[in-house]
Amino acid sequence: MINLELYKILKTSEGDLPLDINLQIEDGDFITIEGPSGAGKTTILRMIAGLLKPEKGIIKVSEKVWYDVSSNTFLPPQKRNVGFVFQDYSLFPNMTILQNLEFAINHKKDNAFIEEIIEITELKELKDRYPSTLSGGQRQRAALARAIIRKPDILLLDEPLSALDTEMRLKLQDYILTVHKKFNLTTILLSHDISEIFKMSDRVVRLNKGKIISEGKASSVFNKNYISGKFKFTGDVLSIEKDEVVFIVNVLVGNNIIKVIATEAEMKNLSPGDKVMIVSKAFNPLIIKIDS
Amino acid sequence: MINFQPLILSFELALITTAILFLITVPLAYWLSRNELKIKPFISAIVSMPLVLPPTVLGFYLLIAFSPAHFFGSFIEKLFNLRLVFSFEGLVLASMIYSLPFMVNPIQSGFESLPASLEEASYTLGKSKFKTLIKILLPNIKPSLITGLVLSFAHTIGEFGVVLMIGGNIPGKTRVASLAIYDEVESLNYHAANVYALILFAITFIILLTVYIYNGKYLKAGRL
Repeated sequence: MINLELYKILKTSEGDLPLDINLQIEDGDFITIEGPSGAGKTTILRMIAGLLKPEKGIIKVSEKVWYDVSSNTFLPPQKRNVGFVFQDYSLFPNMTILQNLEFAINHKKDNAFIEEIIEITELKELKDRYPSTLSGGQRQRAALARAIIRKPDILLLDEPLSALDTEMRLKLQDYILTVHKKFNLTTILLSHDISEIFKMSDRVVRLNKGKIISEGKASSVFNKNYISGKFKFTGDVLSIEKDEVVFIVNVLVGNNIIKVIATEAEMKNLSPGDKVMIVSKAFNPLIIKIDS
Repeated sequence: MINFQPLILSFELALITTAILFLITVPLAYWLSRNELKIKPFISAIVSMPLVLPPTVLGFYLLIAFSPAHFFGSFIEKLFNLRLVFSFEGLVLASMIYSLPFMVNPIQSGFESLPASLEEASYTLGKSKFKTLIKILLPNIKPSLITGLVLSFAHTIGEFGVVLMIGGNIPGKTRVASLAIYDEVESLNYHAANVYALILFAITFIILLTVYIYNGKYLKAGRL
């Protein structure tokens, strides 16, 4: 059981923002914290890891006090058993992947465990390479391996997948879930990606401006405002062509160009470069699996 | 017959100065790179003063300070039985002050170029600040360390004004190569001056060339 009560005034570009959260996490849970940039997500992880000191509050991990303002307790990061995967990987450039892992463990005798982790994260071929020679996904895998090799009480993942392409992302999500279950970890993930949150988390905590605005299972937290029967996309108007009596508008949505038919009346205020919303209500969409 | 004593003395001075300076500078540069205290600009300014001050100004004030007639000089003399003016020890101390910015600046900017998360990652892996410094930070700023070491070494070899003021040009004790060259020229002994000058010229060129080749390779290898 992890008990978090954290309070700190954050200095942001829009002025002071009080971060004030109260959160209980069961052992073995996978929690995702979701929220816009600047909501205080990373700050929470840094406080748990001991890299940042809260102004008030308590951090208690399985009955052990890591931080308590009332008794003036503050364990430094070295005394807290956390695994932290940083957004920029933070592998040590002067060491090979294997040396990175060996540096992390306390006793050289844990070689069998290093082998096991290397096996699970499929780093065998890469273990003698330096981080700079690896791709983003490989580095992230190595960073994950290094974070779990100390068998941490909490695994903290600071948007570890945000810089990767979709395919790599899906694969790494599986690695994370595998190690989370295999080593019975308590994991806190920061993520923006709703599909990722659905796939990974037991519980999701939505954060905005330093406060928890809702928490629970992903399906219940997101159902209210995210999921509806209609499609709604925003995009940019690329060009408008006249075709007989109608207009065809090319709209860029994500990476796809969509052709939308519009009437003359709808065209009145529209010109290329405008931001538009495409909404569709009255039909049933088809779902087709994409082979990867 | 050429007397090689001044050359040997120069390299001895440069080696000892660089070694002691390095040990002092690493913590100082680390502190400067990680600190935002109000006092920091003052310390940075003091560290960088030898870059702009004429060496004679520095030498003059050091001579006054080291003199047994004044507080610092008499304090050191009483405590360690050490006279800093016109002695080799005094030269080492003066050279350290004179070369301080050449060591501090590269190492400090080396530390500043490392992302904070590197050191934080090491802390979360249970490693102490000292171990992090030795195993993570220093190995990852190797080019900066080498630049600092070599610049300090070369700068100490090349110093003239400060050693003349503090050392007093005593043969075998404080007459380093740069002073010896001046002496030989003054006594119209151009051959000896040329030998000293040529040796200094060649050695410093080779040292600097080696550093630039090494640093170039290191950066090209993309380890950072």
